[in-house]
Amino acid sequence: MNFISWRRLRALCWKETLQIFRDPSSILIAFFMPLLMLFIFGYGINLDFSRLRIGLRIEDGGAEAAAFAAALTGSPWLEVHVYDSRAAMERALVDSQIRGFVVIPQDFSRKLKQAGETAPVQLAADGTEPNIAQFVRATVNGVWQTWQMQRAEDRGEDLRREIMLEPRVWFNPSAESRNFIIPGSITVIMTVIGALLTSLVVAREWERGTMEALLASPVTRTELLLSKILPYYGLGMVSLMLCVAVAHWVLRVPFRGTITALWVVGSFFLLSVLGIGLAISTGMRNQFNAAQAALNAAFLPAVMLSGFIYEISSMPVFLRGFTHIIPARYFVSAMQTLFQAGTIWKLLLPDILMLLGTTVVFIGLTAKLTKRRME
Amino acid sequence: MIFFSRIHALVRKEFQSLLSTKSGRLLLIMPVILQTALFPFAATLEVKNASLAVFNEDHGRASVEMMQRFAASGAFTRIIPVWSGEEVDQAIGTRQAMLAVHIPADFSRKMAAGESSPVQVILDGRRSNSAQIAFNYLQSVLDVYLKDRASAAGRVVPSEIVARNWFVPNLEYTYFILPSLVAIITTIGSLIVTALSVAREREQGTFEQLLVSPLSPEMIMIGKAVPAVAVGFFQATLILIAAVFIYHVPFRGNLALLYGAMFFYALALVGVGLFISSVSKTQQQAFLGAFVFMVPAILLSGYTAPVENMPVWLQHLTWVNPVRHFVEVVKGVFLKDASFGRVLVLVWPLVVISGADVPAQDRVRAGVFHFKSSE
Repeated sequence: MNFISWRRLRALCWKETLQIFRDPSSILIAFFMPLLMLFIFGYGINLDFSRLRIGLRIEDGGAEAAAFAAALTGSPWLEVHVYDSRAAMERALVDSQIRGFVVIPQDFSRKLKQAGETAPVQLAADGTEPNIAQFVRATVNGVWQTWQMQRAEDRGEDLRREIMLEPRVWFNPSAESRNFIIPGSITVIMTVIGALLTSLVVAREWERGTMEALLASPVTRTELLLSKILPYYGLGMVSLMLCVAVAHWVLRVPFRGTITALWVVGSFFLLSVLGIGLAISTGMRNQFNAAQAALNAAFLPAVMLSGFIYEISSMPVFLRGFTHIIPARYFVSAMQTLFQAGTIWKLLLPDILMLLGTTVVFIGLTAKLTKRRME
Repeated sequence: MIFFSRIHALVRKEFQSLLSTKSGRLLLIMPVILQTALFPFAATLEVKNASLAVFNEDHGRASVEMMQRFAASGAFTRIIPVWSGEEVDQAIGTRQAMLAVHIPADFSRKMAAGESSPVQVILDGRRSNSAQIAFNYLQSVLDVYLKDRASAAGRVVPSEIVARNWFVPNLEYTYFILPSLVAIITTIGSLIVTALSVAREREQGTFEQLLVSPLSPEMIMIGKAVPAVAVGFFQATLILIAAVFIYHVPFRGNLALLYGAMFFYALALVGVGLFISSVSKTQQQAFLGAFVFMVPAILLSGYTAPVENMPVWLQHLTWVNPVRHFVEVVKGVFLKDASFGRVLVLVWPLVVISGADVPAQDRVRAGVFHFKSSE
């Protein structure tokens, strides 16, 4: 539809590239932010509970109570603090010094020995931290079960569990949360680069009036759009490769896919978020508003609705529906596949198709908005 | 007296510049409403509506009973029956199912023979945290089933765990999210207001006018701090109201204590905000500075992942993060009726952090002297 002059396009892209490199804030966003965020996600966001702090109060003097206490203290998953009084232990729970506590009550050993009686162990978990509480319960339960079975075996009793669940974790055998959080977090980083950076920079051109100057020149709409997209696409791809390299070699999250697949998936995602950033800045024309809008329209959805930490299937129906128009959702899924499973086209293809769709929608929207501005 | 009337005038001016435009007013209230409506549903680690693929090769009564228990538990809204190992691959690979249960053909036979029957459970490691929680659900449903079978057969277990969650018995995630939101959203509001106000004045050249006015640097600081503290209080109050009256989270603590701590929190944010604005030349830089501070501060506050899971050196580093302390304060006062002493322990780091504006004050003072000497 439009005539493209390669010479003009090259000149425009060159101008844009110079602008990127001369502006400290764009370097800050494109290189410093990704590394800072990878570092945060790599070390700070860890959902694996290595040492749960719990309190222990032994009110029973028997050998059985001591044996169970030893089993708890010996668990590599627990950091057990023994308390002399229940009140002190409860205060520690209120003050968040411990995440739960176990009480072995007075007649524990006696009831345990007596046939036909069940000796209770009390377990309290801090409900204000639901995720931690779940893990406290599961861990203490596991220790207790192992101890009980060991004890029965020692006494020559048969206390075999009739059914044993044998968990096996696919894709991420060690079940480390960073193995899925880091690939997902690259999505958030790319969103910041694609949407926040472009929206700020292009809005500034509108604010300063240099966009009008460009529009007065013989530049066509396609050329203008391409000159805004191509340099930032290049910048984004360099950042993406940098992130994947740091994730693989520094943070030690194995990347199992191929560079080609990464390039294909990354390109479509980057074009989608560039589209969002450009559409916002073209619509807003004001740096401050554009930044706020980019934060709310691109950054927050990428963090909250992309499924990289927070499970999409747990959301209510209306939100689940909404996540389908968020490009980050597909990129998170594709990145997790590439990192943890490898280049499996059967799994990647649906994500790529959806990203292609969002690219067309958001770039198209920008084209339309630019046209309106130009008229 | 003159001191107060001058401050009064300055504060009035600050409020006017904050509230004069419609977009300015909108920016103070829209994000609060949007995030209070969205966060509790999206940003949760709760596992709901999980789907379970079942590959049952056994046709005995026990396996059917066990599956019925799983289906009736309510944790899994969708049970996907599959008939082959490939279908299991497919269900997990395409994220249709979070867990898959494989019951081998000799399951019932082994149980009848008094042997322990293994059941394989496959977890999707690309979302290992959710899958582990779902697996724990499965385990607890099975525990109940086994206990029922034991008592039906007249067997008594020697001991059992009696678990209870303190403060939030049913582990409602909204109880965890809303108090945290009070801290998170006020952070964004107060910080952006302070960080941008000085930068805006500097960009527009009105800061020089302030400096030549009879206002002392201390007065200018107070003038900038009051609106930010007010914005923080206003937004926090909105969320508190929503938490108690819309989400029905019970407020158990002392409201005055919470607001007292909030005052110091807002001061800490003002300190950080003024520091950012004192090192930025333009609004854009101030915005980016605020962003670079806010993202790590919020992500490392203990809301997304517990502080205790971080490497020890990073745990120490989070001491300078005001959000971390205030999230604890709000959760403590809100849900645990935390004592004055406990709040004091959390507030004093905030007082130290608010000292971050000392360099900013110096810069303002330096500006004053610089300006006066050049006259």
